[in-house]
Amino acid sequence: MTSEPTTVYVPRDSAARSVGADQVAERIAETAGPGVRVVRNGSRGMLWLEPLVEVATPAGRVAYGPVRPDDVDGLLAAGLLDGAEHPLRLGPAEEIPWLRDQTRVTFARVGVVDPLSPDDYVAHGGLAGLTRALSLTPEQVVAEVTDSGLRGRGGAGFPAGIKWKTVLGAASELKFVCCNADEGDSGTFADRMLMEGDPFTLIEGMAIAAWAVGASEGYVYVRSEYPDAVATLRTAIDAAYERGWLGKRVLDRDFGFDLFVRVGGGAYICGEETSMLESLEGKRGMVRAKPPIPALEGLFGRPTVVNNVLTLGSVPMIMAAGAAAFAGLGVGRSRGTQVFQLGGNVARGGIVETAFGVTLGELVEGYGGGTRSGRPVRAVQVGGPLGAYLPTSRFDLPMDYEAFAAAEAMVGHGGVVVFDDTVDMAAQARFAMEFCAAESCGKCTPCRIGAVRGVEVIDRIVAGRDRTRDLKLLDDLCHLMTEGSLCAMGGLTPMPVRSALTHFPGDFGATTEERR
Amino acid sequence: MTSPALSFADQVRSVVARHRDDRGALLPVLHSLMEELGHIDPAAIPILADELNLSRADVHGVVTFYHDFRQTPPGRTKVRICRAEACQAVGGDELVERAKSRTGVGLGETTPDGAITLEQVFCLGNCALGPSVQVGDRLYGRVGAQQLDRLLEGAA
Repeated sequence: MTSEPTTVYVPRDSAARSVGADQVAERIAETAGPGVRVVRNGSRGMLWLEPLVEVATPAGRVAYGPVRPDDVDGLLAAGLLDGAEHPLRLGPAEEIPWLRDQTRVTFARVGVVDPLSPDDYVAHGGLAGLTRALSLTPEQVVAEVTDSGLRGRGGAGFPAGIKWKTVLGAASELKFVCCNADEGDSGTFADRMLMEGDPFTLIEGMAIAAWAVGASEGYVYVRSEYPDAVATLRTAIDAAYERGWLGKRVLDRDFGFDLFVRVGGGAYICGEETSMLESLEGKRGMVRAKPPIPALEGLFGRPTVVNNVLTLGSVPMIMAAGAAAFAGLGVGRSRGTQVFQLGGNVARGGIVETAFGVTLGELVEGYGGGTRSGRPVRAVQVGGPLGAYLPTSRFDLPMDYEAFAAAEAMVGHGGVVVFDDTVDMAAQARFAMEFCAAESCGKCTPCRIGAVRGVEVIDRIVAGRDRTRDLKLLDDLCHLMTEGSLCAMGGLTPMPVRSALTHFPGDFGATTEERR
Repeated sequence: MTSPALSFADQVRSVVARHRDDRGALLPVLHSLMEELGHIDPAAIPILADELNLSRADVHGVVTFYHDFRQTPPGRTKVRICRAEACQAVGGDELVERAKSRTGVGLGETTPDGAITLEQVFCLGNCALGPSVQVGDRLYGRVGAQQLDRLLEGAA
């Protein structure tokens, strides 16, 4: 009689692979032989512990990490397959406090399941949302999403249900659902991890959206910097077609939905929704003026839902558990959970999915454990390259859309980048302008020219020849870019610049008068 | 590899043919051309324009808009170093400087022996494990000076 092989999980997530997960998986398979089944799961999101190896035991999944390829032999000898003691042993994976204290909704299956196994997906509650949605009318689904309070997770925070209602109400024989997976903001990687760790959730969410608005075709626009996510998603979509989750008759109902992956061209601006639509049409990613809004005239001029990966990825859970369960989480008008991402110079970086309202300090000092370098935290940038730099004195800020807006900052896509006390904030402000100059689509003047002038004037301020005049000029320029730009690229670039000036004025040199 | 008997124009046309059913096919076509030929030869532009019923200016505009599409052959291995904020916070810029001095070329340039094309990239989505470097399609995290040297030597 042969016993069942022991299951060992080694993530296939590209962050885990970037620090050696493939070599660890190979070594385990080679050394342990047929007594072991290696499953390449998504990452649990505790990225500082990657490669995080889990072994299935009668008492649950026991975690070890960070495991280097050289550690494998010793781990196996110590009794890894029985979940035995070892200096790298972290205990039951789900009882690690960092993970246990989170509220995983959108990321419920990431790190748990085999991302490319449709059976695993269904065994962990997959398709419950789509099945229920198809038993309701499109109007009822839109009402449910509206009642859940789900807002766009891409950064703008627009209520998803309102957008869907507009598309549903638009008369057209052809409508589209587009998923914006052009996650270009530095410090954000949740879209990538969901696509690599639980792609069927996104596929299910898009199918629900298509049913709700009457769309028959969908596109996921993934940035080319994410080759692993593209490959995983394409494989998952093929599997979904085979199972009848996509195609002419979704779940054997009179409803057809085709889904395609499109790869970006390395342009940051294509994360802006209208630029993304232009790119999907095969054009330069030039921003469109709004109105018309994409919900009415979107892809190829047709009514189009454009939502972020995390927005669409939250929909299956909302449809499965009901709007009230989702709306019961969060604070104020920021309902549900947000997937925060801790990056940069942080000791414990990764994914923190929790209800809105957690404070910035709890994220950075609590979950993040301060800096990786061990030096004091000086600044954090929240919400990507267009988000504000905040000092530690603002660590009391609750993470919700409105509280951040009131503090002249933004939650954005939930990325938090930590800097230690060696950071030069004038250099960071200059970089914000430099980045905007490099990535502007060039359509509107405030952004195209303003960013170049912004770099020049910050250089002059730091040089300190006529600092008072140049500070005034920079303020003017920031005002003009904020008010006069066509989209958020030029409109928000002043946010990191102004916040750096406000909170860290000493980094910008001293005036001639001050030096005297 | 495509058959050498196939003319350049036929190669381009066969790529277009594979994407005939794609809506707004130009980007998928350009990505396929990049995969097969390594770059978008300017001679492809009039052929693409003709095949896709676009103007040459339209095609040229798209090719030059996106960082991914290059009109000259790249080196055998593309080494891309992240210069975005999260990697800056852990020494990404120092890595860029080191790579420049080790290879003797600037960002966007190729070493004289055609081995390495060095590029900057803004975010590889590995922000908790920076500094990040991508060699070909392969991502590396927490890259220190020594590992960078090894990666560059491996690519040389």
